[in-house]
Amino acid sequence: MKIEIQYSEITKQFIIDNFLFGNGAKLDNDTPLFEKGIIDSTGVLELVAFVEDNFKVTVADEELVLENFSSLNAIEKFLQSKINQPVTN
Amino acid sequence: MDFSMNSIFLDANDETERLIAALKDAVAFKLKKRGAVVGVSGGIDSSVVLALCAKTFGPEKVLAVMMPEKDSSPESKELATALCEKFKVPYILEDITDAVNGFGCYHRRDEAVKRVFPEYDPKTYKMKIVLNSDKEAKGKLNLFYLTIIAQDGTQKSQRIPLAEYLQIVAASNFKQRSRTNMLYYHAEAKNYAVIGTGNKNEHEQGFFVKYGDGGADIKPIAHLFKTQVYQLAEFLGVPEEIIKRTPTTDTYSAEQTQEEFFYKMPFKIMDRIWDGWEKGFSSDVIAKVLGIPLAQVDVTINDIKQKIQTTEYLRQEPISLG
Repeated sequence: MKIEIQYSEITKQFIIDNFLFGNGAKLDNDTPLFEKGIIDSTGVLELVAFVEDNFKVTVADEELVLENFSSLNAIEKFLQSKINQPVTN
Repeated sequence: MDFSMNSIFLDANDETERLIAALKDAVAFKLKKRGAVVGVSGGIDSSVVLALCAKTFGPEKVLAVMMPEKDSSPESKELATALCEKFKVPYILEDITDAVNGFGCYHRRDEAVKRVFPEYDPKTYKMKIVLNSDKEAKGKLNLFYLTIIAQDGTQKSQRIPLAEYLQIVAASNFKQRSRTNMLYYHAEAKNYAVIGTGNKNEHEQGFFVKYGDGGADIKPIAHLFKTQVYQLAEFLGVPEEIIKRTPTTDTYSAEQTQEEFFYKMPFKIMDRIWDGWEKGFSSDVIAKVLGIPLAQVDVTINDIKQKIQTTEYLRQEPISLG
């Protein structure tokens, strides 16, 4: 059985808990995180640190682009392609 | 409304006359003060504001305050002195090193730098914070890197972890906030107004310290692109050495341009892209007029938008909940 890790769900909960004080009503997977002001210049540092610590990855300098972090869907796509190590049992 | 390489330029005479009238009105009738205090750094923005104030109020009703600290370039003081002498404005030198040291500015900053680079010793190394450049126009996120430079010139650079970034910035901000304290001391002692020196690039993209250099009674050039500030500098007769000087942050011990710290591209290009975007022209038209790749225009506009959005809180007054 293949278990897909939902990086976006885990990241969404982190954003709701830490940036939005529990109010995730306006946060969907396609919400533009920067355009909507959910992530600011400090928030991006926190987000990258969370992704690195929580998913045990090192985000390379060239991967730190808007395309990879613009929304929860973008983060999911980026991490799925970067990690690409599904757990099977 | 037109857009060309030159459409960013103002009528320097008209704009100067307009600013003089507006400054007089604001200081006399809104603030009810008797003159102006300006913090001068030897940079282009404070030089233009000082020149404007000298023309507006008469040099004898203006006080220039130079506020270097131990990391400031000695050149800053020399240029600021030459500026004040040229416009016959009285000036005072207030070295703020002891004041910021009292706040623990250097100690707190260096403690965080050492956590990233254990070999860092402020006696033998210089340091600075640099924003990642995006020369290939790939839409890089705005993340900061810490650079240390040894006496032999060798450099090490690393992306700064969150806690260390916040501590270095918070500690360094003691400098700007101490300067604002000093400006208000002199302003209150003379019943003068504090005139801010931030331009449009700094004000709107959030390149200032809240209640630090962002603190002032009037911000007379906060609507002017840096390119327009240079134009007024020429018109007002700011010394050539100041006009030719590369804008620096003069905040960290290592020399650092504003471009590498924050803006990521030359003002002469950024300002024109921003001008075209504000006037409602498409990226295609802007790229064609300026003769630069479309991707560079799009990435620049997105970067400006991102900075304006993410620094909104800097421009916000304290929020009243009543």
